[in-house]
Amino acid sequence: MTRKPNFLATFKLITFFMMFIALGAIFFYAPVEKTMGIVQKIFYIHVPSAFFAFFAFFITFVASILYLFKKEHKWDVIAFCAAEIGLTFCTIVLITGPIWAKPIWNVWWTWDPRLTTTLILWFTYVVYLMLRGVVRENQRSNFSAVFGIIGFANVPITFFAIRMWRTIHPVVITAKGLNISVPMKHTLLLTFIAFGLLFSSLLISRIRLEKMRVNTGEIKALIEDKIHFG
Amino acid sequence: MIELPKNDNIIEVKGLVKKFGFKIVLRKVDLFLQRGDFLALFGHNGAGKTTLIQILCSLMLPTSGKVRVAGFDPRYDREALCKIIGVISHNTYLYDNLSAFENLKFYGMMYDVVNLNEKIEELMDLVGLSEYMNDHVQTFSRGMQQRLSVARAIIHDPLILFLDEPYTGLDQQGAEDLKHLLEKFRDQGKTIIMTSHNLDRGLELCDQAAILVAGTLVYKKDIGKIIKDDFKQTYLKLSEGKTLPMQVVL
Amino acid sequence: MSFIQKLRAIVWKDLTSELRTKEMILSMCIFSFLVLIIFNFAFALGLKTLQGVIPGILWVAFIFSGLMGLSRSFGAERDRGTLPGLLLCPVSPWGIYLAKMIGVFIFTAIMEIFTLSIFTILYNVNLLPFLFPLGLIIFLGTLGFSTIGTIFSAMSATTKARDVILSILVFPIAVPMIIASVQATGMILAGKPLQDILSWLKILVAFDLVFLLLAYLTFGFIMEE
Repeated sequence: MTRKPNFLATFKLITFFMMFIALGAIFFYAPVEKTMGIVQKIFYIHVPSAFFAFFAFFITFVASILYLFKKEHKWDVIAFCAAEIGLTFCTIVLITGPIWAKPIWNVWWTWDPRLTTTLILWFTYVVYLMLRGVVRENQRSNFSAVFGIIGFANVPITFFAIRMWRTIHPVVITAKGLNISVPMKHTLLLTFIAFGLLFSSLLISRIRLEKMRVNTGEIKALIEDKIHFG
Repeated sequence: MIELPKNDNIIEVKGLVKKFGFKIVLRKVDLFLQRGDFLALFGHNGAGKTTLIQILCSLMLPTSGKVRVAGFDPRYDREALCKIIGVISHNTYLYDNLSAFENLKFYGMMYDVVNLNEKIEELMDLVGLSEYMNDHVQTFSRGMQQRLSVARAIIHDPLILFLDEPYTGLDQQGAEDLKHLLEKFRDQGKTIIMTSHNLDRGLELCDQAAILVAGTLVYKKDIGKIIKDDFKQTYLKLSEGKTLPMQVVL
Repeated sequence: MSFIQKLRAIVWKDLTSELRTKEMILSMCIFSFLVLIIFNFAFALGLKTLQGVIPGILWVAFIFSGLMGLSRSFGAERDRGTLPGLLLCPVSPWGIYLAKMIGVFIFTAIMEIFTLSIFTILYNVNLLPFLFPLGLIIFLGTLGFSTIGTIFSAMSATTKARDVILSILVFPIAVPMIIASVQATGMILAGKPLQDILSWLKILVAFDLVFLLLAYLTFGFIMEE
């Protein structure tokens, strides 16, 4: 249990190389976009991050449901770890979004339905993690599972509400008008794969870390128990 | 009313474990009680007495182990179980700014008590609070509140009573009043588990005494076989050291 | 039906208890009154431009004030130590939830009626011609707020910084309800017919139903220890 299983080490190595290849493709293979210039390349980071952030939160949603049904600790661990990783990717989305928007449209923020929903989602999972921090141990898993379900169920409703609101309050910037050529599609696919591997290895590592923390805590408690009570 | 054959255990606890996070509060507790038994459960602070009571009355879930109260599993048959148990705690579960009558009316409605008004009168009479029927609970003394809490706990004629340190904060008179009520319930054939710090109060009413030390039931004997002074010695020794004795005296 | 009787009992208990002291409802009303006054200064607008922000001001007053009532819902039970007493009664967690939600709804509605009255005076707005559609939107919006709020009231009641946790739990989830309520209110006050706001109504109804269903499915887990 203390040595990293070989599978995981190899997997991380593959992830590392894929990320390099993807980075290379972004800068050397994909052409510079006509209207937006070199800043457009941030799109290759922005889009996969968004996808995997949502995917992570979906995992939290499903794991939360499974936890409530089965009451097995592992589902709580998966839900929690996925939320953390998801929040990381979500933060990347929210940082790359404005970086992309500013040089091109001269505004830091657009109340674009997708970006705004992502912002709300970001807050939701920050609250999820904060909730885990303040609730007592015996209720923590239950409460976060319920909030994980409520938070995710809220996403479609929020998206539609914001989209309707946007049609009433149109902003100057409309949807990102991108012309995607074939090499761009290849690059995007490459970064998707790379981010997918990154996401998976981060998630697996995080879950392992959490399991180790729990095991250590249990062993410590058993030892203290023995010392006090013989 | 639940009809149980005389010899069946009304309370069955086997291998009960309760953990709060990593901390083990109850370790594989086994406990069996028959109908009509009165168990006094003693133990130092933090021994797990309150936790055990809360699990038995379905306020808390066990981490593992088997718990059956009158055949019901507190985990899955909570509502059915609640109809036949009454709980008296050092916490009165009363609403301060409602009157005694209103408090009992509320709980009576929650327990589907028939002829509620008559029942309330009868109970207030039993606990000696009839003249305070319409007074707000916040004007009551601690002893009066505890008596009203007893009325609340038995409004639905429960088979089993759980008492968690009921004598806390009661003066001599209050304690005597409570004792008389408990004697009545015992004579009515109710099954009772009472936790207490007060050895005398516990021993004077019970027909079985047990000691919980660090989450383990280490001692359980019929009152007939207990010599009070020996018991007190044993209890003090066990509580001080807080070590699990090698020998479990059952 | 026994279930209905138990709901009535809990709601009656909460109403009676609160109407004795009137502490919470007074705080809620005074707070929303203050919000209305402060927004007048915060925006320093003439009557014409005020039209645009009126719905926002109203709903900000409703929600911030409503949070106080929410906090009390389960908070008072925890503080007084009466929650175990409730849990020992033979009633399902769903029943407890529903009764508490109805209580929150009633108190919030009382505060809203008061707020609307003050609003018509302070901002010289005549709301009477819009009474029915406005009432419908406020009803649906308040229902949504009470639905999610009661769940979070139960969750935050056990934590230390109860009110802060309650607020941060409620706000992200309340976003669609707030958007829909404010937009619909604005359109009604601008004289648009009920047809136009149908899509906002749909969002509010969907919100209410989805979270009511989730509450039904999950509230038992919140009461577990």
